Amino acid sequence: MKKVKGLLGACAMLLCGVVGAQVKDMPGGPRVNQLNLPDGVTQIAKDIAWLHWFMLIVCMVIFIAVFSVMFYSIWAHRKSRGAKAATFHEHLGVEVAWTVIPFVIVIAMALPATRTVVAMKDTSGADITVKVTGYQWKWGYEYIDGPSAGVKFLSNLATPRAQIEGKEPRGPLYLMEVDNPLVVPVGKKIRISVTGGDVIHSWMVPELAVKQDAIPGFIRNVWFRAEKVGEFRGQCTELCGKDHAFMPIVVKVVSEQDYATWSAEQKKLLAAAADDPNKEWAAADLIARGEKVYAANCVACHQGSGKGVVGAFPALDGSKIVLGPKADQIQILLKGKQGTAMAAFGGQLNDVEIASVISFTRASWTNAGKGQDPVVLPADVKAAR
Amino acid sequence: MSSVTPDQVSGHSHGHGHDHAHDDHAHHMPHGWRRWLFATNHKDIGTMYLIFSFAMLLEGGTLALLLRTELFQPGLQFFRPELFNQFTTMHGLIMVFGAIMPAFVGFANWMVPMQIGAADMAFARMNNFSFWLLPVAGALLTASFFVPGGATAAGWTLYAPLTLQMGPGMDMAIFAMHLMGASSIMGSINIVVTILNMRAPGMTLMKMPLFCWTWLITAYLLIAVMPVLAAAITMVLTDRHFGTGFFNAAAGGDPVLYQHIFWFFGHPEVYIMILPAFGIVSAIIPAFARKPLFGYASMVYATASIAILSFIVWAHHMFATGMPVTGQLYFMYATMLISIPTGVKVFNWVATMWKGSMTFETPMLFAVGFIFVFTIGGFTGLILSMAPIDIQVHDTYYVVAHFHYVLVAGSLFALFAGTYYWLPKWCGYMYDEKLGKVHFWSSMISFNVTFFPMHFMGLAGMPRRYADYAAQFTDFHQIATIGAFWFGLSQLLFLYIILKAYAGKGAPAAAKPWDGAEGLEWTVPSPAPFHTFETPPEVK
Repeated sequence: MKKVKGLLGACAMLLCGVVGAQVKDMPGGPRVNQLNLPDGVTQIAKDIAWLHWFMLIVCMVIFIAVFSVMFYSIWAHRKSRGAKAATFHEHLGVEVAWTVIPFVIVIAMALPATRTVVAMKDTSGADITVKVTGYQWKWGYEYIDGPSAGVKFLSNLATPRAQIEGKEPRGPLYLMEVDNPLVVPVGKKIRISVTGGDVIHSWMVPELAVKQDAIPGFIRNVWFRAEKVGEFRGQCTELCGKDHAFMPIVVKVVSEQDYATWSAEQKKLLAAAADDPNKEWAAADLIARGEKVYAANCVACHQGSGKGVVGAFPALDGSKIVLGPKADQIQILLKGKQGTAMAAFGGQLNDVEIASVISFTRASWTNAGKGQDPVVLPADVKAAR
Repeated sequence: MSSVTPDQVSGHSHGHGHDHAHDDHAHHMPHGWRRWLFATNHKDIGTMYLIFSFAMLLEGGTLALLLRTELFQPGLQFFRPELFNQFTTMHGLIMVFGAIMPAFVGFANWMVPMQIGAADMAFARMNNFSFWLLPVAGALLTASFFVPGGATAAGWTLYAPLTLQMGPGMDMAIFAMHLMGASSIMGSINIVVTILNMRAPGMTLMKMPLFCWTWLITAYLLIAVMPVLAAAITMVLTDRHFGTGFFNAAAGGDPVLYQHIFWFFGHPEVYIMILPAFGIVSAIIPAFARKPLFGYASMVYATASIAILSFIVWAHHMFATGMPVTGQLYFMYATMLISIPTGVKVFNWVATMWKGSMTFETPMLFAVGFIFVFTIGGFTGLILSMAPIDIQVHDTYYVVAHFHYVLVAGSLFALFAGTYYWLPKWCGYMYDEKLGKVHFWSSMISFNVTFFPMHFMGLAGMPRRYADYAAQFTDFHQIATIGAFWFGLSQLLFLYIILKAYAGKGAPAAAKPWDGAEGLEWTVPSPAPFHTFETPPEVK
């Protein structure tokens, strides 16, 4: 009995500890127990919030009217009150009225909605265009024009796995923080060109009132003009596989000046990080680099142990392809594997990154010292593209 | 509505599983397992459909409770997200194709022949095949959990190209859906032919009970769209295994093509799941108000309008795919139009109640409850049809709330209403009225506790099909989980009530236990004899 009491006590304390950690409204994201759409930071978001209130009020008025009649009838026309049943069963006037009046109401609803639909679809005259690509399970951003033209990076969930598994307490931006947010200037019309890299994803940011499915092979445009600076958070809204809930979006809206500063920084970083195509790589350096690439891109499926997940993701440790000729493994990394979650990394990683991660897999676990072609060079990958 | 001469009613009374011999039949009634495996009797087949659908309801419900258990707190406590997605997908497939649709077919089998004064369905052996395809399909779906890679995890809507990444469980689901589709098509042909050809003399189409009308129209919808679903899932199968590229842009195809084909089926499908419910409610309200259905002709026209409109609104499920502005506007307008005939039906039900003489036994509680909660679902549907609002709430819990209001508080509550209404006819005993009322209030309250908070979550941006969520949504998720368990347990009470009635623990039921009820089914004894209306009645 004592043991049970002790155990229950421990559980209670644990629960309190977990629950009692006061959750606050997330800046740029959902408020605690939020009841309604966000007003948002764009005119379109405000229009949609207004439209929703309009619809809600009209529907509630009709609902209350109709059900007042029904509940009155339930009370007044019950047999136990002595009500005697009438026999009428049609009335042309009333039936015409309650067909025509709702029709008029529906037209009245459609008018403001039409205006907003037309406005949302007008992506012309944008100040900056950004290409957004949905991947399993992260977003890729590429600036097409403006001060940041050419800047390109991936945006991954930044919440540590330990928080998700309950091993650490959850941070204030749990599940809605990323390593590299999309940065845009305030007050400018930003066109977002959305596409998918593998399966259909969807790019949504409620405060900006933007949602666009990311469809592989097609590009679809949406736009927004943020009226306030701040960080605004969204999530993927089309089921895309196991980590659908773990690929959020953060849009950082900054002043024009800050945007110019940021653009300059990014361009410098891009130049610096760009791997020198002529560099001679030593095997040990390649493998060390490969370990970093593996941790950022491969570990989610193939696991840190290289053993994959039985029935879902193949093991790399002891894999025929990893131990075989380099050409086959290079092809799989460049082109992906049709019909599986193995993405075509040729579009996401450069030659050095691909060569280094292949070399890492060939030098790790029980693969070390076995198989053909233990080291793969960036030049090999470039030739295979 | 119509009257029947007493000498036309079938003579002897049969219960279920009772031993007996007929002198006036050319065959012996089969006993034991042969009676059920080789059943051609519409009542037996109706019973089997209902038992199968209830078992699927419990299986689908268990999957939902597994989901809600994981969602009780943020973080991943019990299931890997891959498994969570399998539960989400199979919950949808099993409920739609295994529970709701077969249940309505069970009602059609039991009631349509009796309501039109026919001895049985037009094609009795095809009827048997239509049923027995279903347990095979159900077994395939259930078994798909246990193959490598598990059940398909692409959502019940099975969007390409995610479906290309699924394991053999996906192929099993495709095969199962083909079987269920074939079952529905054959069943629908049966219903159309039966209703058009086998009505008793004097029963014109406009004298038919509205339940028969709603099933006639539903059957046409099924025949029209089940083949479209079959096409969509076959194209997925060939893209997966036979090198086609229907949904692959690099091959000249388009992932959105799948969505167009699927939703061309999918939208009429949701009306397939609600029209028979409208028919059931249209039988019960007049019975318990002791007053004829208001506006019978308008109800028929409204049902037909809803069905026709349902074919031209499918892309309101696709407002976020990036349609040109004209498409967006057209589908918004067309969808908004459906609210008009639907509203007409609600007004007609209320007008039926108005100045009636009402009592509130369990069937009436569920029917009135249906009108109340289904209308909430209808209004959120109207709000969703506004494309700008949909952009904010598409693929969020707002949509989950909407469709559970219309499918659970709509279709399922109507199925409960119909069960309580016709159970005395099926088994010959009254169900426990007090327990029935407990089942109603428990279901009604717990349903709202579960799903009402989801409207708020969706407006706040909580996406669907998520195994984990931002901590700000915790309270509403916890309320929903508690409500879900309460709702699930309430259905075990329902099972008990039915078993208790079949065990004969209530008062024996009269031929017409509800004094305001109309229809040929109430002119035969309770339980209904194995064969009824072997000679057609005269209908005035």
